Amino acid sequence: GLFVWRLRNTGTQQMPCRFVHLYHVASDRLITFQYSNFLKRMYVTQCNRDLSQRAKPKPDSIVSPFHELQQLDQEKKAVHKISPVSPVHQSWSETLSRNELREAKSAAESSDSVIPVGAESKEDRQWKEMKLRLDDLPGILARLSKIKLTALVVSTTSAGFAMAPVPFELTCFLLASLGTGLASCAANSINQFFEVPFDSNMNRTKNRPLVRGQISPLLAVCFAASCGIPGIALLTLGVNSLTGALGAFNIFLYTCCYTPLKRMSIANTWVGAVVGAIPPIMGWTAATGSLDAGALLLGGILYSWQFPHFNALSWGLREDYSRGGYCMMSVTHPGLCRRVALRHCLALIGLSTVAPVLNITTWTFPVISLPINLYISYLGFRFYRDADRSSSRRLFFCSLWHLPMLLLVMFTCKKSVLEKEDKGDLPGRSHERAMEIRLP
Amino acid sequence: PPAHSHSDWIGPPDKHSNLRPVIFYVPPDESALERRLREARQEAQASNQRFWARHNRAFRQEKEEFIYSRLKAKGLEMRDESGQKATLNAEEMADFYKDFLSKNLKKHLQYNRDWYKRNFRITFLMGQVALVRALRWLRRRKKNVEQ
Repeated sequence: GLFVWRLRNTGTQQMPCRFVHLYHVASDRLITFQYSNFLKRMYVTQCNRDLSQRAKPKPDSIVSPFHELQQLDQEKKAVHKISPVSPVHQSWSETLSRNELREAKSAAESSDSVIPVGAESKEDRQWKEMKLRLDDLPGILARLSKIKLTALVVSTTSAGFAMAPVPFELTCFLLASLGTGLASCAANSINQFFEVPFDSNMNRTKNRPLVRGQISPLLAVCFAASCGIPGIALLTLGVNSLTGALGAFNIFLYTCCYTPLKRMSIANTWVGAVVGAIPPIMGWTAATGSLDAGALLLGGILYSWQFPHFNALSWGLREDYSRGGYCMMSVTHPGLCRRVALRHCLALIGLSTVAPVLNITTWTFPVISLPINLYISYLGFRFYRDADRSSSRRLFFCSLWHLPMLLLVMFTCKKSVLEKEDKGDLPGRSHERAMEIRLP
Repeated sequence: PPAHSHSDWIGPPDKHSNLRPVIFYVPPDESALERRLREARQEAQASNQRFWARHNRAFRQEKEEFIYSRLKAKGLEMRDESGQKATLNAEEMADFYKDFLSKNLKKHLQYNRDWYKRNFRITFLMGQVALVRALRWLRRRKKNVEQ
C-alpha cells in the first residue's frame, strides 16, 4: 500500500510531487505525487479495542502525492465519544484519511461491532444501484485520476520547465503541462484499477470510485486509455519525442513496475522515487529538447525528497500496510527506513550545492536553501534517532512545505539566460534564439 | 435491491472482508457471453471474500494473541482498573506487523497473481459484452431508420 498519505497547508504555492505511485502505497505508495493545496485533513484515530472514533480536523493540509490515495473531497467531521483509555497502555492506531472525511465504519481489523458515525455512514451502509449517472461522472473521474495529485505532478513539470535555461515559450509550456497531466490521469486510473481489493481494506483508500462500485473497471480502463494515448501523443508530437518517451516510460514504470512491486518487495519505494523524479525532467526536456545535467539534477532533488516524505508518512500506516500485504520499509526494515530518510535529507543539501556548479542557479541558492535543508535534515535525524510517531509526523509535514519552498527559491536564484548568453555558454538552443535575445 | 431493477446493486462493505458485495442482475435474455461474465464476477467476488475474511480474521486473532503475550511478559493484565482493554503502542506493535507481513507474503503473492488474472479476464469480458451490445444497438437503429 502506498499509500496513502497528509499535509498541513502552509499557504504557499505548493509544488507538485511526483507521479504517484501508492501505492498507498502507498498503497501504494506508488510514486504518486500529489499535493493538494489547502486541503483539510482529518485524522481519524481508531482505538484498538474500541469502536469509537474521534476525528480531529486539521487546518488546511497538503496532501502528499506520494501516497497514492489521496483523494481530496469534502471533509465531514465526525466526532465520537472517546472512552477513557489507560494512560499507561494507550495505543492508537492512527489512520490518516486524506480526502474524505467520511465517518468511518469500523471496518477495521479490530472491530467487533459497528458504530454508525452519522448520516453519511447510514447512507454509506445502504445498497446502491450500480448505474452510472452522468452528472456524477466528472467527480468520479476526478477521483479516479487523483486530480489533485495530478495537479501537483503538473506543477513539478512546470518547475522543471521554468528552470530550463531557455526563453519561456507559452505554447510549449501549456502543451507539456497538458500532456503530463493526461499521462498522470491515465497512470493513476490504471493504478486504482489494479488495486481494488487492497484499497477496500485500507482506511485511506476505501472510498475510491472503483471500490465503491461507482464506475466499472471497463470504464476505468477506457478512461485511462483515452487520457494516456492523447497525452503521450500530445507530448511526442506537440512538444518533442524525448518528453513523450519519458511520459510513456513513466506511465509504464508506475503502473507495471511500482504497483505490482508494492506487494512484492521494498524496492518499490526506489522505483516510486524515480516515478516522482521524472516529471520535472520532462518539463526540462520539453523546454530544451535535451537531457542535460540540469534536468538530472532537478530529477535528483525530487528523487531524494521522496524518501523523507514517504518514509515518514508510511511510519504511521504500518498496521494497514501489514494487514494489506504491502511490502514497505517501515514495516519490514524500520531501521533502513529511517536511515534512508536521513540520508536523502542530507543528499538534498549536496544537490543544492551542485546546482550553481552546473550553471543552473547562482551561488545564492545553496546559501539561501541551507536553512530549510538543514531543518529537514535535523527532523530527519530526529526521526532516525527517536523512531516514533511524533518525529515521523514532524518530518512528513516539513517535507510538505519544504519542496515547494526549495523549488521557489531555486527559481528565484535561477541564472538568467542573458547572463549565460553573455558568457557564451548557452546550452542546447539554436543560435537564432540567442540572436533573438540579443536584439532588444 | 428492488425487484424491478435492471442493474447490479452494490452494498456496504462486509464486516470481515471490507469488500462490497454485489448482487448481479440476471436479464431474461442473457446471452452466453453475458452469463460467462456474470459467473466470472461472482466467482471472483466469492474468492476475494473468502481470502480477505480469513486473512483479516487471522490478523485480528494473531494481534490479540501478540498483545496478550506481550502484556503477560510485562506482567500486566488484559484489562486495567477501569475495565478498558489494555493495548500496546505502535512501536511495540511494530514487531508484530513485521512478523505478520513476512509470514503472509507468499500467500499474498499467490493472491496477487490470481487477482490480476481474474481482473484482466473480467474486464476483457466486459469489453466483449459492451462491443456486442453496441453492435446490436447499431443494427437495431439501422433497422429503425430503414423502416
